[in-house]
Amino acid sequence: MHEVGIAASILESVEAEARRRPDTRFAAVGVRIGELSNVDKDALEFAFAALTRKTSLAHLKLEVEWCPRRQKCLACGEEYAVREFDLRCHKCGENKTSCIGGTELDIAYLELEEPCVKS
Amino acid sequence: MREVVEKKVLSENDRVAAVLRQRYRDENILCVNIISSPGSGKTALLEKTLASFPKDAAVAVLTGDLQTDNDARRLAKYGFPVRQIVTGGTCHLDARMVEKHLDELGFRGPGILFVENVGNLVCPSSYDLGEAAKIVLLSVTEGEDKPLKYPGIFHRSSLMILTKTDLLPHVEFDPKLALENARKVHPEIEYIALSSRTREGFPEWMGWLKGLQEKVQREALAAIS
Repeated sequence: MHEVGIAASILESVEAEARRRPDTRFAAVGVRIGELSNVDKDALEFAFAALTRKTSLAHLKLEVEWCPRRQKCLACGEEYAVREFDLRCHKCGENKTSCIGGTELDIAYLELEEPCVKS
Repeated sequence: MREVVEKKVLSENDRVAAVLRQRYRDENILCVNIISSPGSGKTALLEKTLASFPKDAAVAVLTGDLQTDNDARRLAKYGFPVRQIVTGGTCHLDARMVEKHLDELGFRGPGILFVENVGNLVCPSSYDLGEAAKIVLLSVTEGEDKPLKYPGIFHRSSLMILTKTDLLPHVEFDPKLALENARKVHPEIEYIALSSRTREGFPEWMGWLKGLQEKVQREALAAIS
C-alpha cells in the first residue's frame, strides 16, 4: 500500500547520486526487501515502473533481492531461514533465538553503465 | 560495473526519527506509537487512558487520520494537548509529520506523548517515529491469526493489547491462541488484555506505561552520567 512512497524514496537516493556525479549513468539499482519489511515486491516493481516512465530514469532497472526471515540460535550459534513461523533452532531445537534477517529495506548497490570503449 | 551503496531506503525518515528520539530523551518525554487495524479501538483506548490521568498530568496526543479531525475532537474533551495529523490519504505517519505537528503542539516534557497512527497494520510498521515503543492493538472481533497475517508489525511491537474483552462472551475468539500466534512471530512480545468500556485491564496498562517511563528515564540518566 505504501510502495509508491518506498519507490519514491529509492528514486530520491538515485537522483541525489546522479546529481553528485553528472557524468555517470546508472543502469540499475539493487534493493534488499525482507519478508518482515511489509513491502510487497510486485507492488514495488509496479510503482517503480510507474514513477520512472517517461522520465530521465526510464531506463533504470530495479533489482530486488527478497530476504526471508533468518534467526540465530543463542545456544549453538546456528543461523537459518525460518519456515512456517517455526523459530526454533533447526539444528538443536533451542527456543532462545534472535532475529538476524528479514527486516531489510535497503539500497544495496547501483549498477553503472559501462562506458563506451573508443577504438 | 557495480557500486556498493548500503543505505536504508528510508534513511531520510530514520534521520528525522533520530532527531525526535534525541529530543524525547533531552526533554524526558516517553513517546509510544499506537498501531492497529481501523476500528480496533485506538481512540477509545486513548480516551479512557487520558481520563485516567490527573488533570495536571503532562500528557499529549498526536493522532493521525486520512481525512477527518474526528479523533482529535473526541480526545480534546479531556483537557490535554491534542493535535490531529491529517495525512491527506497517506496510509501511515512518518517522522517528518510528527516533527512538524510536535512543534505546533507546543508540548514540553517531562511527560508522555501518545502517537495514534493511521488505522493500518502494514505501512506504519516501516516508519520509525522516534518512539520508545510500538504498541499493536488487536480486538476480539478480529481473527486470532492476525499476527501471522501481519508479522511485520507484531515483530516490531513491544506490547500487544487485546481490546474489547467485554465482548468475549459474544464472539468466538480465543485470546490464548491469539497470544500464541503473536509469540510465534515475536516470542518476547508483552501482552495486556483490556476493555476500554469496562476498564478491565486498565491497571495493568497504566502500570505498563509507568514501568516503561521509568525505564526510559533510567536509560537517559545512565547515558548522561
